[in-house]
Amino acid sequence: MSRFRLAVRIVPRKGLLDPQGKAVSDALHTLGFGGVESVHVGRFIVIETTATDALAAGESAREMCRKLLANPVTEDFEVEAAVQA
Amino acid sequence: MKFGIVTFPGSNCDYDAYHAVTEVLGEQAVYLWHKDHDLRNVDVVVLPGGFSYGDYLRVGAIARFSPIMQEVAAHARSGAPVLGVCNGFQILCEAQLLPGALMRNAALQFISAAVCVRVENADTLFTSRYRQGELLKLPIAHGDGRYIAPPAVLDALEAEGRVIFRYADATGNSSADANPNGSERNIAGIVSEQGNVLGMMPHPERACSPLLGSDDGVRLLESILSRVAA
Repeated sequence: MSRFRLAVRIVPRKGLLDPQGKAVSDALHTLGFGGVESVHVGRFIVIETTATDALAAGESAREMCRKLLANPVTEDFEVEAAVQA
Repeated sequence: MKFGIVTFPGSNCDYDAYHAVTEVLGEQAVYLWHKDHDLRNVDVVVLPGGFSYGDYLRVGAIARFSPIMQEVAAHARSGAPVLGVCNGFQILCEAQLLPGALMRNAALQFISAAVCVRVENADTLFTSRYRQGELLKLPIAHGDGRYIAPPAVLDALEAEGRVIFRYADATGNSSADANPNGSERNIAGIVSEQGNVLGMMPHPERACSPLLGSDDGVRLLESILSRVAA
């Protein structure tokens, strides 16, 4: 078993109203960032775990997302490749 | 009849629910601690409002894993009544005892206000003491009350008469202006497929006295009483 660090990105599902992202987008426009077309605010989760290898660590993190970290109705998630910690 | 009111760390409407059951309804109530595995032979489980586990991760996401929730799920699957109000509704969705999810209010603000809610189905365990289409005045107090579900799920909920409360204006019209939080189709409360699990964002337990602005919530509790006792 080795130690791995994984990063998980969770964002609101595309197409769902994201008022938080809209509010941030409006604020960026006010600051003069006129090129901003959309903003989505989500969560970034860093997990340190032991696993047999990087693949197993990644699969485990995806399972965590499906069971707890992301809401399947409202959110999408991406797991970055595991790096040895 | 015995009501069990679950207290999670961060629940804050548990006493309101206790008061409504014992003082207004005149029935028995016990608090159920989230770490317990025992429902103490209650007939009805109430998941009260609040901010369980500080709303960490997502509203209701952590509470769902409390030991007592295993018993609540078994109680629900047996067909016995479960009432989830506000945070309780959020927890029921996370626990997949009800479909969909509650997201941040469309206008981002926390809303504490009295709203008008239309009874969409008066033939349920929770609404038999109301008239079909009746307008109720109930308080809401939430930051994450925007009900979301895939269109097919929403269609099924409507077709099966499981949308039992909808936000409406004073004339009974469920317009966009009457929708406080941006919920899909103005949905304020839904029941499970079996009809024994209700999740709603408005607080019936806080609408139990004319002194506090409304007693429209009392009949929801009386409805449960009449059905379960029958």
